Amino acid sequence: MTNGATPSSDRPPTARAGLAAPATTIIPGIITAAGVALVAPLLSAYPLTLLTQAAIVAILAMSLDVLLGYTGLPSLGHAAYFGVAAYAVGILSTDYQRGFLTCLLAGVLLAALTAAVFGLLAIRASGTYFLMITLALGMVVWGLAFRWVSMTKGDNGIAGVPRPELPLPWSLGAPLPFFYFTLAATLLAWALLGLLVRSPFGLTLMGIRESETRMRALGYHVWLHKYLAFVLSGTFAGFAGVFWAYYNGFVSPVDVQLVTSVETLLMVALGGPGTLAGPALGAAAIVFLKNFVSVYTKRWLLILGAVYIGVILFAPRGVLGAFRREPRR
Amino acid sequence: MTEPFALRLQAVSKSFGGLRAVDGVELAVRPGERRALIGPNGAGKTTLFNLIAGALPVSAGRITLFGDDVTGMAQHRRAARGLARTFQITNLFPTLTVLDNARLAALARTPARFAMLRPVRHFADLEARAREALAAVGLADRADTRVRHLSHGEQRQIEIALALAGRPRLLLLDEPAAGLSQAEAQLMTALLHRLDPAITLLIIEHDMDIALQVADHVTVLHYGRVIADGTREAVKADPTVREIYLGA
Repeated sequence: MTNGATPSSDRPPTARAGLAAPATTIIPGIITAAGVALVAPLLSAYPLTLLTQAAIVAILAMSLDVLLGYTGLPSLGHAAYFGVAAYAVGILSTDYQRGFLTCLLAGVLLAALTAAVFGLLAIRASGTYFLMITLALGMVVWGLAFRWVSMTKGDNGIAGVPRPELPLPWSLGAPLPFFYFTLAATLLAWALLGLLVRSPFGLTLMGIRESETRMRALGYHVWLHKYLAFVLSGTFAGFAGVFWAYYNGFVSPVDVQLVTSVETLLMVALGGPGTLAGPALGAAAIVFLKNFVSVYTKRWLLILGAVYIGVILFAPRGVLGAFRREPRR
Repeated sequence: MTEPFALRLQAVSKSFGGLRAVDGVELAVRPGERRALIGPNGAGKTTLFNLIAGALPVSAGRITLFGDDVTGMAQHRRAARGLARTFQITNLFPTLTVLDNARLAALARTPARFAMLRPVRHFADLEARAREALAAVGLADRADTRVRHLSHGEQRQIEIALALAGRPRLLLLDEPAAGLSQAEAQLMTALLHRLDPAITLLIIEHDMDIALQVADHVTVLHYGRVIADGTREAVKADPTVREIYLGA
């Protein structure tokens, strides 16, 4: 009660409001993006491909972090929303020859709709139970992708998804313009999600993460906030899925399988839950690690596991969290 | 709004399996009253708070808040009717700053809570209300500190600040002085005295001195039942209370 009870030296010298300090990741984030954009033309095709992949997966990881890092809900079925959007693009652009805007809207809407339905079932649970339900719902989507052959072509997947044709001076069929295209999408998602987590609504999500009972006592309809977060998160996962379909030119059950969800969860944990730049960083790290290590060994998951254990032991708040100037108790 | 009672419980009971934690409690608190709820450990005081706030459903009975039946109503809807509470075991948002804790309290039940496209720090009125609540408990200068870096005593004050930020009509205080040193408890008592007299207070307090200093009316709970109810002098003099509570 008196200040004497806590020596003021205990206070971090640079203590700033968690939300009032957005500059911590915005400026390095913009510098990184600009740096990558400048270097991209100098890269050969393979690293450029990986960079494109990382940019897309970064959107997925950031979307998951809205649930995991900000709201405290560990979803293990995020591939579902990513996947349904990818399938929507795959089917619409091949069977129906629809253009980019239609595919984008359809993919994002379908992901939002899927999340809206799944959220009704999942939000009642929390902790491990939430994990299990989202996992089960994710498997439902995987089952559909695998078995609904007339729609999804089953295990064969949908091949030949054309790159979008937009009224741009460059063809998105070429790797470099397509990379810039995805980078723009990633920056857009980052900006929107950044706004979301710093908004009053974002603050309520963090409140729920910290204490649901207190939020209820304050008069919040906690379920509704969680549900909205769930749907928004699924929507952004769908946004990532749209670009993934165009990037790969191919959509298959692999995109919606459990491993994809688990990898996304690892990206967030690795990079630092509760930040947006962290998961993006984690996404890039895992994409590169996966592709480089798998050249040398098929047991790349072993390496990933080791990296993950290392992070848990030495930087439990993720790589980015470890660099944040906040003293441990 | 000339309701005779801010809060009224009629034959309210709560059972956990075979245990009747709250057993046919009758309680009527007038607007603006300061009522203390006392009783030994396990008397059912906190359970009763959870029933009133809506954190637990009642097994039987009726709860009326400012004349409206809220018995089956969800917790957030009771809060919307002007009910606020604090917790016996500090329940805050530990990794957020003091200011953001207060912001969350001020934000509840305003339309801005669903605003998604403007940073929260641009909401000036929200910040003003949050800072006002912090100033009311004397912690305005700690706004930028994370709550988990505060002392226990300061955290107990934040408990009150959060409840006040919602501008409640009825405030349930669950042992506000729990774990405080004597000096801190005195500051807490002074703080409770300073509260707006229009706010109806229902306060659980283990420390008899504080309870009797703050409240004019006292209800004594024992094994889930009300065994005495009256002015502090009457309750102090009640022989059953002396026997049970003071262990005389």
